Amino acid sequence: MVELTFDPAEARAEEKQRDSRRASLGRLILTDRFFKNFTRAAALLVLALLFGVILTLVEGSIPALKQFGISFFWTEEWNPVKERFGALAPIYGTVVTSIIAMLVAVPVGLGIAIFLTELCPQALRRPVGIAIELLAGIPSIIYGIWGLFVFAPFLQRYVQPAIIDTLGNIPGIGALFAGPPYGIGVLTAGLILGIMVLPFIASITRDVFETVPPVLKESAYGLGATTWEVVWKVVLPYTRAGVIGGVMLALGRALGETMAVTFVIGNAHRISASVLQPGTTISAAIANEFVEALQALHTSSLTALGLVLFIITFFVLACARLLLASLNKRAGG
Amino acid sequence: MDNSLYQRRRLRNRFHLTMSVLTAAFGLCWLVFILAMLLIKGLGGLNLAVFTQMTPPPGSDGGLLNAIVGSLILTFLGVAIGTPLAILAGTYMAEYGRYSKLTNVVRFINDILLSAPSIVIGLFVYGIMVRPMGYFSGLAGSVALAILVVPVVVRTTEDMLLLVPNQMREAAAALGAPRWTVIRYVSYRAAKTGIITGILLAIARISGETAPLLFTALNNQFWSTNILAPMPSLPVVIFQFALSPYEDWQRLAWTGALLITVAVLTLSILARVLVSKKES
Repeated sequence: MVELTFDPAEARAEEKQRDSRRASLGRLILTDRFFKNFTRAAALLVLALLFGVILTLVEGSIPALKQFGISFFWTEEWNPVKERFGALAPIYGTVVTSIIAMLVAVPVGLGIAIFLTELCPQALRRPVGIAIELLAGIPSIIYGIWGLFVFAPFLQRYVQPAIIDTLGNIPGIGALFAGPPYGIGVLTAGLILGIMVLPFIASITRDVFETVPPVLKESAYGLGATTWEVVWKVVLPYTRAGVIGGVMLALGRALGETMAVTFVIGNAHRISASVLQPGTTISAAIANEFVEALQALHTSSLTALGLVLFIITFFVLACARLLLASLNKRAGG
Repeated sequence: MDNSLYQRRRLRNRFHLTMSVLTAAFGLCWLVFILAMLLIKGLGGLNLAVFTQMTPPPGSDGGLLNAIVGSLILTFLGVAIGTPLAILAGTYMAEYGRYSKLTNVVRFINDILLSAPSIVIGLFVYGIMVRPMGYFSGLAGSVALAILVVPVVVRTTEDMLLLVPNQMREAAAALGAPRWTVIRYVSYRAAKTGIITGILLAIARISGETAPLLFTALNNQFWSTNILAPMPSLPVVIFQFALSPYEDWQRLAWTGALLITVAVLTLSILARVLVSKKES
């Protein structure tokens, strides 16, 4: 028989133990809850960053928008002395340089991606791919300094005179290529942007191309399709959303790029028909003038430009992410 | 008839593939061209004085010491401010709130911040720090850089934590470990290399950033380690010197550009080596 005795000391000890267990369990639960909320606060702070950026920009641009009203967006004049500011020239410059950049970078970037996924010898694939990814990380100021000292003089001496003599004489589009060869200007800025976003487009489209299931390509080859037909009729239709997403991601970069452009655009607040003339972009105007802006209205107008830039890039990047996400979903499911 | 169609298709194929190879060669040529010019122009000015002397007034000899130190301070502070926040946010997204709506929203916004124009971040920090404080400062510059660090590290932290197998978490939880202990002793340990890689990539990203520093940290011709005063940095000095008419300044700008590129490439390669080591 087991002796059933009640030992008060033992019971007290047991109770004590239970209490301390409960206490430490409670502590653990509390710490855990604390860390959950702590990390959630950090995540919320990332969200707050975006709203902070928008609020600060809106707040900073109120004086300019009050002064000039909605016509701020289609006034070309930019005159710090008379305190007249309009956003049209920088917006125009941003759009035109980005278009030129995309005209260069999209075909070449796709060419590189096709080369890497379909044609390149297996041994070269990794090194070339890595080289392109590394180049995507080179800071834009490097492209800027190269553009100013190497690329612009090169264009001025060899390329632009030839363009002016040939394309400049064609009626209609001739106006696009008129004027003296300055070297710097909208075309130069656009080309450098193109070279800069090239590695982005190449590496994203290569990644996207690699999501195509080999079975699809093999069955096309099995039916006797040529390599080009496989790329054009199987790979590209399958990856359309991803490729467009990648291109828009690069466009977002090109629109907001500052240093590569500021060096070579010429910083002239005017809209010229010719792409060989100096111009300006939103980011170049801000980079050049913000510190030196004396009047509050000048600072505010530059902030308003920044707001415009942020809104444009926000929508472009949002579209890019949605398109890329739709591709991922398909690849996953 | 049949044969001619076949010939046509073959021709088209040959034509397009040649174009693809040519565009690839064309694109890579430019990139090689840029690096080659950088080496040629930058190596010419590289000597000991670059690392031991201050940025000179036009027309005299000097180096980039104050700019290099300024860049190191700004980068260090930027990472020190941005990384903890980003790792915590990434932890929430991958561990506590993996399936919550908040996570999806934060991920989307974070991806947009990842490629948001850095000059706008400069304007933001100008608005929240420089204008209220009344002066440009190194601290404002490093906050601007920190904002650029956050999206990179959030992204890699989340991705790396998601790669940690759930069985490991379950095993720890089955032993009675609370969530936070599981995260700290299991998830973080398993994802450590990946998170460090993300931090390295973030450093590479910010060490060449110029635009957000132009009107936050501004610049300084002199030696300065006071983070509450304008602080010189390599990219801003390059910007100023390259656009100057003085040849010795331009030479220093090229040298600075070479230094930045070498630093960025070293960091990216290091990050890659870490990742590939982990995979093998």
